[in-house]
Amino acid sequence: MPAIEVRNLTVHFGDFCAVNDISFDVDMGEVVTLLGPNGAGKTTTIETVEGFREPGAGTVRVLGLDPVTDHSRLMDALGVMLQGLGIYPQLPPLRALRLFGAYYENPRDPSELLETVNLTHVAKTPAKRLSGGERQRLALALCLVGRPKVVLLDEPTSGIDPAGRIKVRSIISGLRDEGVAIILTTHELDEAERLADRVIIISEGSIVSSGSIQDLTRTSNAVRFQTTTPIDREMLTRELNIMVEICGSLSYRVLTDDPSRVIAPLTAWLATNHHEILNLRSGGDSLEEIYLAVTQPQLNDQRVRTSRISRTRSSRRARGG
Amino acid sequence: MKFRPIWAQAVEELRMTLERGETLLVTFGIPIVLLIFFAKVSVFSTGTLHGVAFVAPGILALAVMSSSMVSLGIATGFERSYGVLRRIGMTPLGRRALISAKILAIIKIEVLQMIILSAIAFGLGWHPGSRLPEAVAALILASIAFGGIGLLLAGTLRAEATLALANGLYVIFLLIGGIIFPLDKLGAFASFARLLPGAALTNILHPLLSGAHAPVSAWIILGVWAVLGPVSAARLFRFE
Repeated sequence: MPAIEVRNLTVHFGDFCAVNDISFDVDMGEVVTLLGPNGAGKTTTIETVEGFREPGAGTVRVLGLDPVTDHSRLMDALGVMLQGLGIYPQLPPLRALRLFGAYYENPRDPSELLETVNLTHVAKTPAKRLSGGERQRLALALCLVGRPKVVLLDEPTSGIDPAGRIKVRSIISGLRDEGVAIILTTHELDEAERLADRVIIISEGSIVSSGSIQDLTRTSNAVRFQTTTPIDREMLTRELNIMVEICGSLSYRVLTDDPSRVIAPLTAWLATNHHEILNLRSGGDSLEEIYLAVTQPQLNDQRVRTSRISRTRSSRRARGG
Repeated sequence: MKFRPIWAQAVEELRMTLERGETLLVTFGIPIVLLIFFAKVSVFSTGTLHGVAFVAPGILALAVMSSSMVSLGIATGFERSYGVLRRIGMTPLGRRALISAKILAIIKIEVLQMIILSAIAFGLGWHPGSRLPEAVAALILASIAFGGIGLLLAGTLRAEATLALANGLYVIFLLIGGIIFPLDKLGAFASFARLLPGAALTNILHPLLSGAHAPVSAWIILGVWAVLGPVSAARLFRFE
């Protein structure tokens, strides 16, 4: 049985459909990332899994329990971290952890937990005087104090400095190794790529793509390259019979099943036409490319526009310099 | 609901309340200062009761209002706006136990208030008579009514609005609650004031604590508020 089971979940706010027919599972010891732009429905999904919202349609089960009707039973095994919320401003971390620890049967030791999240130096400082990153780590510690089996983290690394991020990531990996089922939301690709066993990309309330990072990035094969000067795509197509797409400022992509057959003629053509190659790689799309493609299909037009603007700029620079 | 988490919550609630300077001011500071001042100085004619005999029951009423409505309402309002209530709803403690813990903490503060204020009043020569159990019952009833009003404000208004309104009601109660001015000096206001829980409470405490019977009408008014307050709070409270 999966730790978290979401089946055909739909949530409406009035006429607005925040979550539209979403289904997914999370197993014990698995990290699933809900990735999507702001307002995509990530937080609403999490809130339904934790039992804060009732599903409009569909079902949610966590450890076999209904998060709304079996709410109090589920809370013993569930750890949540809300977006920067839910901390008594007056309470120092040590007292907050002792208080929250008292809610659970077998809590973690507050001092050890403070050590784990690097907050020992501010153990007695009221939460309102902590930095944003310190408060995030306190929220994480509060989420973990009851030794949860299922953990829901809503943007756990937002507002945290790089050192803190690394810390939070290592804590999350540690939880996974202990067999905890984890859902985390983020709108940062980097975060998803580093942490997730599985990524679910949500846009406008629906799942637009999902799978392991490997699955997602293997879907299409292409040769990408970037040059220092704009190329004549029509001429390239005419002479080599390959289709070239623009995918950024002086960045191009050739979709092909066999990159090795494209690279040799392509580099030769670029050399003949005096284009310097900044970089060239073959393989699948990066997560970022997939994310942008599925969440913002209209962006392809924008890319063409930006690339034109930057061309004008670089030609101006060339004239000026 | 298990008791150990509720107790731990109540202990921390009490500690946080006693750490807030502004709360100490309205729950202990102002009542103590007013008690001593009006017991010593006869600024107004207070009818048959004079000095401490008039002011002590009113100050006990003010103290109950300050902790069960002002302090509880403001703290809960801010906890709601900080998402603390929402967060605790996602722990095994839960919201119902959280409210129980808050009530426990308020009871502890009120006991502390009654001990300190009565001790000062005794020191100033107060003789409350033998109807104390009835007076305690009235204070408990008032506490329920005011606690309900405090939670109603906290659960329906923005935290800042709760802060302003709770403090405003404190001042209004001080003026038209029969605490420093006798109700019959209020003229046209008096009949309106008598319908409010504050004046109902002092209407009960004044006769009881000087050995007489309390008017039934005041008991009924206070009883209605003690139902109206918590019921409307329970119905209208929004955790987010």
